[in-house]
Amino acid sequence: MFDFAQVIDFLPQLGKGLYYTLLISVIGLLIGFILGAIFGLGRISKNKFFFVISSIYVEVIRGTPVLVQAIWIFFALPIITQYNMDSVPAGIVVIAINSGAYIAEIVRGSVDSIDKGQMEAGRSLGLNKHQTMRYIIWPQAFKRMIPPLGNQFIISIKDTSLLSVILVPELMFQGRYIASNHFNAVEIYTTVALFYLVINFSLSLLLRYIERRLNY
Amino acid sequence: MITVQDLHKKFGDNQVLKGINCEVKEKEVVCVIGPSGSGKSTFLRCLNLLEDITSGDVIVDGYNLRDRATDINMIRTEVGMVFQQFNLFPHKTVIQNVMLAPRKVRKISAEEARKRGEALLVKVGLAEKADQYPAQLSGGQQQRVAIARALAMEPKLMLFDEPTSALDPELVGEVLEVMKQLAKEGMTMVVVTHEMGFAREVADRVLFMDEGIIMEENTPDVIFTNPASERTKNFLNKVL
Repeated sequence: MFDFAQVIDFLPQLGKGLYYTLLISVIGLLIGFILGAIFGLGRISKNKFFFVISSIYVEVIRGTPVLVQAIWIFFALPIITQYNMDSVPAGIVVIAINSGAYIAEIVRGSVDSIDKGQMEAGRSLGLNKHQTMRYIIWPQAFKRMIPPLGNQFIISIKDTSLLSVILVPELMFQGRYIASNHFNAVEIYTTVALFYLVINFSLSLLLRYIERRLNY
Repeated sequence: MITVQDLHKKFGDNQVLKGINCEVKEKEVVCVIGPSGSGKSTFLRCLNLLEDITSGDVIVDGYNLRDRATDINMIRTEVGMVFQQFNLFPHKTVIQNVMLAPRKVRKISAEEARKRGEALLVKVGLAEKADQYPAQLSGGQQQRVAIARALAMEPKLMLFDEPTSALDPELVGEVLEVMKQLAKEGMTMVVVTHEMGFAREVADRVLFMDEGIIMEENTPDVIFTNPASERTKNFLNKVL
């Protein structure tokens, strides 16, 4: 009844989609991590301005759906700025900004969870605040971040499938295109789902490995 | 070495220190005793500004800590501190714990820092533990590493904040032994402690604190055998 053999014919096209999915995920999450680190530290900063800016960012992004963010950035923002962004860079921006807000909370929580005595021990040895953060707090916090970061990475990778609505030629976009032209929804969407599953499961294994390596 | 003048410390509305005056001379060992909640630890933590000072003056090694021009990081390199909970860095090995601050603050070479670190570990009797992580050590061993870590900066003064209070009773001795050794070598020390035996044997002077002030200060002989104040008597009756 179902002809999964035909999927082979569409692999090049799905492969192209996979390429964009991975490209947007990797670059988006890399930028997202940087944003998260900056604004996460902002959320525990004593600097009022930095704290308020970081809090607004986190609350606005967490409080709105990623689909709305994508459509807003691709269709609404160009009207305001008079500058048209291509769909792929727009997709990267969406993933970066969205994951950044959640990662900021992960960073804040992890840094907060490190015992206060660690900061005191560092400072009492004459290390300044920055050095203590860098050599003592951050390495310990980073280890605690890995499980929740893994979660967020997986969520963001799955969120890239929503970018098909802003015409990013990623995996889901290609799947929809093929399925609507060849009436093979079962075969194609099953394959697409499997692709996501393989990506995310590999990522899970990688993160588990890294976490074990960081054991002390 | 330390002069404290009319030191006050408030946490919100809670007045913890109510005017402390005292002096610690070079090579002197001063033990601070008193009931819990009397402000002993807070007082000690004001001496390297882990707690900011509400009012009064603390002068360490000639620098007034409340003076804006005083570089607190520089002062702290001269003031070692040992904590009740050890506060070793769990992600670093024993030798890395000891080497970190000399490397990053004093900027000495890794080789030099390792050599000094190893010598200090010999001194605290833990040379063979250099490459282990803190979690692999007993409490007493961890606290000795913490002492070595503080000494690695070659401080002029050491502060001890109840260094044996978190230890199992059979591990207290090994830490006190290291501290005695240090005192013998002429280190200036301020020790907040519940170990009356240690205070009696090692201290040049004992401060009895209660309710945010120094109720009584004297040589250990006088404090322990013939205390002037009723409060001190009561306290010692309970703990001895």
